[in-house]
Amino acid sequence: MSQTRFPLPLRPEVEFDVKAPKELGDVAKPLSFFEKLAANGAVRHGVILIVVALIWEIYARYLDRPLSFPTFLDTLEALRDGFASGVIPARLSVTLQTLVIGYFIGLTIAAVLTTVAVTSRIGTDLLSTFTAMFNPLPAIALLPLALLWFGLGRPSLVFVIVHSVLWAVALNMHSGFLSVSETLRMAGRTFGLKGLRFVFGILIPAAFPAILAGLKIGWAFAWRTLIAAELVFGVSSGQGGLGWYIFEKRNTLDTASVFAGLLTVMAVGLIIEAVIFRLIEAKTVRRWGMQRG
Amino acid sequence: MALMMDQALAQTTSSSPLLSVDGVTLQYKTPDHLVTATYRISFDIQRHERFVLLGPSGCGKSTILKAMAGFLYPVEGCITLKNHVVDGPGPDRMMVFQEFDQLLPWKTVEQNVAYPMRVNGIGAQDAKARALDALAKVNLSKFADAYPHMLSGGMKQRVAIARAMAMKPDVLLMDEPYAALDALTRRKMQEELLQLWEDIGFTLVFVTHSIEEAVVIGSRIVLLSPHPGQVRAEINCAHLGLNERASPEFAELTGRISHMLFDGQNVAH
Repeated sequence: MSQTRFPLPLRPEVEFDVKAPKELGDVAKPLSFFEKLAANGAVRHGVILIVVALIWEIYARYLDRPLSFPTFLDTLEALRDGFASGVIPARLSVTLQTLVIGYFIGLTIAAVLTTVAVTSRIGTDLLSTFTAMFNPLPAIALLPLALLWFGLGRPSLVFVIVHSVLWAVALNMHSGFLSVSETLRMAGRTFGLKGLRFVFGILIPAAFPAILAGLKIGWAFAWRTLIAAELVFGVSSGQGGLGWYIFEKRNTLDTASVFAGLLTVMAVGLIIEAVIFRLIEAKTVRRWGMQRG
Repeated sequence: MALMMDQALAQTTSSSPLLSVDGVTLQYKTPDHLVTATYRISFDIQRHERFVLLGPSGCGKSTILKAMAGFLYPVEGCITLKNHVVDGPGPDRMMVFQEFDQLLPWKTVEQNVAYPMRVNGIGAQDAKARALDALAKVNLSKFADAYPHMLSGGMKQRVAIARAMAMKPDVLLMDEPYAALDALTRRKMQEELLQLWEDIGFTLVFVTHSIEEAVVIGSRIVLLSPHPGQVRAEINCAHLGLNERASPEFAELTGRISHMLFDGQNVAH
């Protein structure tokens, strides 16, 4: 080893004295109040919202055409009136009921289809053909047909929602099942799990990140579809939903209330996505380390 | 005394084996070929043995372990456990895999260990007690409530071993469980495994491609020839363990094995 082709330079060894941490001053310095504030996501989002509201208010006042573009304060007032008179909550509850019914029927069918798909080859073919056919079809496009079959009322809306939820969820669930690692599958089988017990004990929890993504996409599709469907044909069996509220207020040129309705649609969408789904994520996939964030 | 020993020996060798692999040929399909992984392999495993399957990469040692676990069916020959033909995976042959993702990420360490017992109808209290006991044996009591993603690779493997042993299987199958670990952790895990065997005396089938690991872990080694795998030799090495690694006997045996596996070619490892 002493004689190599690449002569190494002779360098002296050195040692240094290391200062004690105390002499270096504060090693961990507390952040200032504003630094902490800036690190808080909620505060940053809040600031953006306030700025948008300000711009809105200033622009609407400058424009001064309340029939086409009401001010932010007028909209807030219409929103308050809508809630105070109980109209918006009533409409919202009609919409949400329809949504929940459609969503859960859609989920159930998706779960059955996917279970059949993972347990048999013909099931896999069935699912892939159906999703390829129906997934690109906008749910709204089925509305005329739904009206023909189920008439003017909640069943038509439910049908459309089921269609919008089913394929997105089934597709995600199935790809989630397929991506479950071979090791986990074999581990499950050495425990003696078979059939449905295997699906519930191993496949569903292991594919949960994908399933949750499917649930979120399905929810977003369903919510948009439902509001749009209500706008198109409005009253179902004497009770209108939130979409109908917006349509109605436009007809009476109560534009501030139209904006109030739209804000409500946004708020509900946001609450479910940012609160409910976040909560489910925090309790499941994040806690299990299957998803970062 | 000597006579009694001989009789005892005769009795153990003549009693029917716990697990028997008899003329097993295994094949698997790739998109282009039907590959023969092992050809007419036969060996018997007796109770309490630490049985090592050793061979170069691609000799089908993992494949034959999977067949013992019941994931593959032999195209020829048969595998029997306690005189019953193996058909499908089951909790009497718990398996520890090489991959770290064999734990269920949605369960805590304790739930992971208890789960196979719960699946097989053992009550919650009983399963919990046995799980905690098994975790204590692999020195992971402190982490009972942690989720697998919080553990290091070595700890995950120890949980997997605890999970398999808590089931008290007839035979514990291990598929290169330490191959993905660093050398220091691997040494520690080998020590632990041997200590566990001293305590419990479970029957172990262990797959490895490391000659040294085979001699340390095994009481008996089956050497498999390169692809397709055939039995090249069966060797006793119960007298050589971690403490004998520096001994000339150890070096002599690893040299002999290396020679048999590679037919004198100068191959590293």
